[in-house]
Amino acid sequence: MNLLSCSSNHCPLSSGFVATIDSPLKSSLSIPHLGWGQRRDNVRNKRRLSKIVAYHGLKNPPYKLDALEPYMSQKTLEVHWGAHHRGYVEALNKQLEKNDILYGHTMDELIRVTYNNGNPLPEFNNAAQVWNHDFFWESMQPGGGDMPTLSLLQQIEKDFASFTNFKEKFIEAALTSFGSGWVWLVLKREKKCLAIVKTSNAMNPLLWNDIPIISLDVWEHAYYLDYKNDRAKYVNTYMDHLVSWNAAAARMARAQAFVNLGEPKIPVA
Amino acid sequence: MAVRALVTRKILRAAPLGFRGLQTFSLPDLPYDYGALEPAISGDIMQLHHQKHHQTYITNYNKALEQLDSAIAKGDASTAVKLQSAIKFNGGGHVNHSIFWKNLAPVREGGGEPPKGPLGWAIDSHFGSLDALIQKMNAEGAALQGSGWVWLGVDIDLKRLVVETTANQDPLVTKGPSLVPLLGIDVWEHAYYLQYKNVRPEYLKNIWKIMNWKYAGEVYEKECP
Repeated sequence: MNLLSCSSNHCPLSSGFVATIDSPLKSSLSIPHLGWGQRRDNVRNKRRLSKIVAYHGLKNPPYKLDALEPYMSQKTLEVHWGAHHRGYVEALNKQLEKNDILYGHTMDELIRVTYNNGNPLPEFNNAAQVWNHDFFWESMQPGGGDMPTLSLLQQIEKDFASFTNFKEKFIEAALTSFGSGWVWLVLKREKKCLAIVKTSNAMNPLLWNDIPIISLDVWEHAYYLDYKNDRAKYVNTYMDHLVSWNAAAARMARAQAFVNLGEPKIPVA
Repeated sequence: MAVRALVTRKILRAAPLGFRGLQTFSLPDLPYDYGALEPAISGDIMQLHHQKHHQTYITNYNKALEQLDSAIAKGDASTAVKLQSAIKFNGGGHVNHSIFWKNLAPVREGGGEPPKGPLGWAIDSHFGSLDALIQKMNAEGAALQGSGWVWLGVDIDLKRLVVETTANQDPLVTKGPSLVPLLGIDVWEHAYYLQYKNVRPEYLKNIWKIMNWKYAGEVYEKECP
């Protein structure tokens, strides 16, 4: 199959769709000893039509693999993104090959549909983990950490009393998470407030319709190469040096199109 | 290495209801050197797994037990119930890993030698062959999402071998009160990551070379005479 890869950052299709053309051309092009004349003959004699199927592609993180050093090593990125994340994408594509109904969904829809209201289909784990990891890479940046500003900071102070308190609660959630899972800062839709949520394995807040703002991977594979069993050091390093409040602010801004957080306090002259 | 049985310390504490002894736990020694299981499992992993992970479970289990003890003494039911997940997780971690260290043996001490006697016959009659059992356990271990264990156990009521998986640190007994573990394989990522990275199936293939079937046979003969 010819792969027209759309997984680069320059690709306008932000969902990372990859189009593959299942055509008879490929089989003749791969035989090197045939000359052009014979290849053309092969093509002309084939009456089958090419079939275009859409798959999901592995999106690159928004930074080079060594950009998060020394807090998250290049080796970790290479294995975590290149092996784990890629593995989920490829496993998902293989499953979708056999399933005409599911392949047409966007990733968000796919996660909800395959979760099947608590009785997940086999595709759920792969789909959700692809989404989760995309979100996670984008929740970090080189030179991250520090504090959020402006309205996001105000919202955090409103819902957690102070940024320090939020940071403590987030770290505590990460350290009391049993087994594999994720820690999220979400905007809750009905309660219209920020909250910290722990999920296990592949679950994410999209499943109960909340809007994730940042996430932290606490599966052991996320930190084992760099920190071995010292999850506390990993989580503190994430908060101090990796978390991207810029990405968080952008997601908050988008979230406010769906959740009315009240009138902004614009001073009146 | 000297074999030291599970060491327990009795701490006597005066409580409103009279004297109460609280047993706390400490890390059991491995019956072999950290490097003795190479190349199937590296010495680095064994050291970290034993000295850091297992020790942490024990430390947190002791802490949870103390908190539970004082909650029970005070009659604080909601705290007592709230502590159950920490006890299941950390206590389970201690129980499971204690079994795990005995499940493994260096090759020169019989690791990897196939089971003989009653356990061997039971495996053949129930699963067809040892290979079939290994395939089944490896498939279930590889398919397990997240963290957990894959077990070969015996149902002492039904007198039957079972292959089961449990999540996180849940002991095998959470899958059935009459299940007794014979062999457990830790498929948490910390058990293999430094050596095998994300290739869990490779770890599962190699661990059989250091499997201590003698121990499993002893437990089976004791539970199912």
